[in-house]
Order: sequence, then C-alpha cells, then structure tokens
Amino acid sequence: MGVATYIKDEKDAIKKVILESGIEVKPVYTPEDLELIGFDYHKDLGDPGEFPFTRSLHPLGYRSRNWTTRQYTGFGTPEETNKRFKLMISHGQTGLNVAFDLPTQMGLDSDNPLAEGEVGRVGMAVDSLQDFEIAFKDIQLNRIGTGLTINAVASVMLAMYQTVAEKFGYKKEEISATPQNDILKEMVGRGAWIYPVEPSVRLIGDTIEYSMKELPRCNPVSVCGYHIRESGCTPAQEIAYAFEIAFAYIDNVVARGYEAEQFVGRFSFNLNIYGNLWETVAKFRAARKLWAKLLRERYNVQNKKALFLRGIFGGGGSGMTKQQPENNIVRGAYYALAAALSGAQTTALCSYDEAYTIPTERAALISLRTFQILMDEIGLRDTVDPLAGSYFIETLTKEMEEKILEEMEKIEKIGGMIPAVSSGYVQREVARQAYEYEKKLQEGKIIKVGVNKYTEGVDMEVELFEYDDSWALQQIERLKELRRSRDNKAVRDSLKALEKAARGTENVMPYLVECCKNYATVGEMADVFREVFGEHVEPSIF
Amino acid sequence: MNDRKIRVLIAKPGLDGHDRGAKVVAHALRDAGMEVIYTGLHQTVPSIVNQAIQEDVDVIGLSIMSGAHIPICRKLMELVREKGIEDKLILVGGVIPSKDIEVLKEMGVDGVFPGGAPFDEIVDFIKKNVKK
Repeated sequence: MGVATYIKDEKDAIKKVILESGIEVKPVYTPEDLELIGFDYHKDLGDPGEFPFTRSLHPLGYRSRNWTTRQYTGFGTPEETNKRFKLMISHGQTGLNVAFDLPTQMGLDSDNPLAEGEVGRVGMAVDSLQDFEIAFKDIQLNRIGTGLTINAVASVMLAMYQTVAEKFGYKKEEISATPQNDILKEMVGRGAWIYPVEPSVRLIGDTIEYSMKELPRCNPVSVCGYHIRESGCTPAQEIAYAFEIAFAYIDNVVARGYEAEQFVGRFSFNLNIYGNLWETVAKFRAARKLWAKLLRERYNVQNKKALFLRGIFGGGGSGMTKQQPENNIVRGAYYALAAALSGAQTTALCSYDEAYTIPTERAALISLRTFQILMDEIGLRDTVDPLAGSYFIETLTKEMEEKILEEMEKIEKIGGMIPAVSSGYVQREVARQAYEYEKKLQEGKIIKVGVNKYTEGVDMEVELFEYDDSWALQQIERLKELRRSRDNKAVRDSLKALEKAARGTENVMPYLVECCKNYATVGEMADVFREVFGEHVEPSIF
Repeated sequence: MNDRKIRVLIAKPGLDGHDRGAKVVAHALRDAGMEVIYTGLHQTVPSIVNQAIQEDVDVIGLSIMSGAHIPICRKLMELVREKGIEDKLILVGGVIPSKDIEVLKEMGVDGVFPGGAPFDEIVDFIKKNVKK
C-alpha cells in the first residue's frame, strides 16, 4: 500500500522522503556514501551464489533458471480447481499454489453449520482424500511443486498430499509440497488459527521433523512476513518478524535433538512486494544476507545451501485498490519488476480484481503474462542483480539491514516471537501502524492514485468472479456419500491412534497419513487436535 | 441530556480472519470519542447479538472480507428482529461489491462502508443516525 512519506514545499518540490521503515532518502548518493558505510564488496555482497548471498542464491541468477510462477489458485469444488490448475499450467505456469476455502483452513467439514455460506468461496473445499484425488488428477506431482496455503491444519494437508501422491504411484521422496504452515503469523494477521500457541508450534515441529526424514523434497514451512506486512507492519518489521518466527520453529526442532543444519535448508519464506520500489529491492537483498549470517552465527549452519533464504516474493494485495481497478494491472507489473530486480526465486501476483473478490480466469492470466513479459521481453534475465554497486541501493541495503536488526532486538528483549505473539505485543504494534497509515492516507500525506489523488468519482465496473451456490451442495453430497461408503471402523481406529500420538510426544504425521488413507475427514482429524489441545484465545489488544 | 458516550461493538463474524480493517475502524471510532468493544475473530451471529445486548451497545459494526456478507447479514437481521434490538444501528464494512449494497440495505442494514471509506463518513453517519 504505502510507498513513503513525502514532505514538499509550496511548489511541489520534494524536501524530504521518509521510507516506511523509517529511513530517510537523500536526493543524491555518491561514492562517499559507500565509504561512509564502510562498503566492502566481498564482505557485504560477495559474488552471486556466494556467501552472504546478497546478490543472488545462484551464480547466474535467472540466466540458469527462470523464476517459478505460482499464482494462488483454487475455488469451489475440487473439479473446478483441477480445471483451473490445468489451464494455468497450459499457459506456462510452472508451480501450483492451492487456495483452500475457509472451512478447510479452519478444520471444519463442509457440512458443519459454521461452514455455511463459505464452502468453496475463497478457495477449494477439501473434506477428504477423495477431494485431493480429484483436484490433482492428471497433474505430474513428481514434476511440479505445490504450495498448500493452509496453516492451522497444514500437517493434515501435507499428510493428505503425500497420500494422494502415493496413491497415484509417485514415491514420497520425489514430491515437492510447500505447506504454508506458519501459525504465528496467522495469530498476527490473517487469523486462520485454531489451537493455542504451544501445541500449534509443536505441530509445525512435527511436520519439519517428519519431512526431514520422509519427504526430502518438501519444504515443510513457508514463513510469512507477507501477511504481517499486509496487516500493517513496515518492510523492516516484515523481515524481522519473519526471522523471529523462523527461529521459534527452528528452536522447537533443535530441542528434539537435531542440528539446524539438518533441516533449515528446506525452510522457505513468503514475502511481500508492494511498497516503495527501492525499499523493496533493498529489503530482499538485506534479508538474504542477514538470514545467511544469522544462521551461521546462531545455529552454526555451514552447508552453503542450508543458508539460502529461499521463497516466494510476490502478492502485493494491499497495494491493489478497489478504485480504478485497471490501474492494478500496472501496479502489479511494477511490483513484479521489484521482485525480479530483487532476485525472487518464485513469484505470484495478486490480480487486478482482487480488491473485490477472487480472480476471474482472465485476471489470473494477466498476472501470469505480467511475469512472462518481464522475463521474455524486457530483459530481466540478462544479468544477475543488476542494481548491485549503485551508491543508493548499496547504502539503502545496509540501512535496511540495520533496521531489521533493530526490530529483531525489540522482539528478543521480550523473549522471542512466542511471548511476543501470546502477549499481543506484535498484534498491537501492527494494528497501531495500520491505523496511522490509514490516517495518513485519508489526510493525503501518503498518495494513492485513484484513491486520494486523480480520482474519477464513479468506479468502473469490472467483470467479477461469481460464487456458485451449487458447489456447496455438491461438496456436502459427496461428503455424505463418503461417510456412508468408507470403512468407518478403520477411520475410528486411525483417529484413536492419532489422538494417542497427539496426547503424547510422538510425531503425529505418520498417524495423519494413516487417517488420510482411510478417508477420515479434515474436520475429524482437526477435532482430534481440538479435543487434545483446546483452542487459541486471542490476547486483547485494545 | 444524555451525555453517555456512543457505544460500538465491532464484530468479525464467520471464519474470515482478516481484521486489519476492523481494528483500524475501531481505533478511528475511539479517537472520535466513542467507546469501542472488539469481539475478536471467528464469532457466530448469535454470539455477536448476545455481546451487543450484554454490552448495551448503540451500534453493531460487522467487518466481512470473505464475500459471505449476504448470508451472514441475513442471519444477523433475523436474530436482531427476533431479539427486538432493532434500535441498534447496524453497519457493515469490508469487501462489499457495489451491487450488494442495496441488497444489504433492503435486509435492514443501516449503513454499508466498503474498504477505504473515510473515517469522517463513518463517524458522521453514526452520530447522525444512532438511535439512542
């Protein structure tokens, strides 16, 4: 959303620029600035593909490998979603990113009264393995990587993904799933949490530990600074909070007797691309560098690849506006440019109609084409880290690094991210900033084209995605039929075994796989955890 | 003269957890001198109505981003009538397409403020229309 605060004189000349993270931008940068920050090429940047990876994770950047495009997709029934997956793949998309409806994200079956009106609305409805069999039909699960945008019940979905892949004849060692699986950020923004903090983090630890042993190509957690940024934090806080969250998960697994080196290489991140172009690029460069340095210092990680800050840099949802929606196509292109200049490995883009509802087919394709134009027409694959050495960008990258560390320090002073979230500290901070931002926007101190400047009065109508009520009925019908036809004794037994594991300290993942095989429903598995763990209570932040 | 502060319940009904807007509006109404109670996430319609009665609020403001505003508001208005609390001002905000605004008003919703509505507009509307 926000770009920066500008202080101007009466002739519209800019007197001061303050980026969201609180860094002041100077009108001119010279070699003196680099001297001032003690810039050292080898220490601060290193060659692309070399520690600390400021420039790139890979020596040749996009020359050796184009980025993976992974539009967030899913709605209605698994049949509808399967069609959209295939459409996106046929148009050149190279990864999947599954959107689940809210009942699924909240561990409720489609026929639960609380799910009414929500089945298949903001993503695909999933009740059992049967739905995954339909959704992933004819998709080569050994070739394509799949993001599973789900958190509270991510363990259930990862187990289900393994089960469907094995059922289709793939080996579990060859599949690549990335469940989002970041509950701490759900408690700060986005809100799809179920269980209390501690058992939620334990479930994440279970998926990490299990993946390390059984699913070597899966990325068991995608730490999302993204949604915290969407909720109102600054770019520096986005990275700081994401790193502190990642440490909480690492510590959970380290406490089980493993070395971070054994598993942290499969961590991934989901970070946001809207905002001031320069601040965004500097943010990603600083983040890659800091992550590698911090993993070395704190956890003694030495393996080069385990130091990579891998992830999806994309989205930009908060930057999109309801007013003059076609402008969002242009905004998206600039956000994607920022991602490309930052060396994003994987990307996704919010579509121009997303300020209204989930994207139409047309809108989703325009986002995909935006990436393709950047890479195939404009020249973003030509050379790696093209902004390196810029007096401005290098100074800003260093300043961002300091800001990120400052914000991390604040969290560490209160004992890390678990207490910071349990006490509501982060939520309060983020909500206050969101309010300050909105006030600045309404006062015209931050400019948003079509919103508070260059407005047109009446908003243009756009063609919108229409929710179809019959999807819920179809889904509930299938679920009822499943409950009649499956082996209900096997379901009960596997749920009982799951409950026992959840009550103890055993890893729940193998038990979830067994439940999935027997067609236990998402609601049934989630209820076992509800019974054992209880439910999260939000800290009051007002 | 009744100088009691206007009391507002900001509520997040349903499963949607995007509450940036709800919290921002809560801050703004508080700055405008109102007393604001925020329900937190994942509330059912009956629990929102109960809290509204218990807290004796003048205004119920729902924030809905998932697209399920029509079924949720239909349920709410039924219960509002059943409990006889039509004197409370009912407002809805969130991701609300223009074509649905009239539908919501016909149901009995007093005011609809899609994302980005100016704070002044919401505050003025409440002050002018509050039924206390």
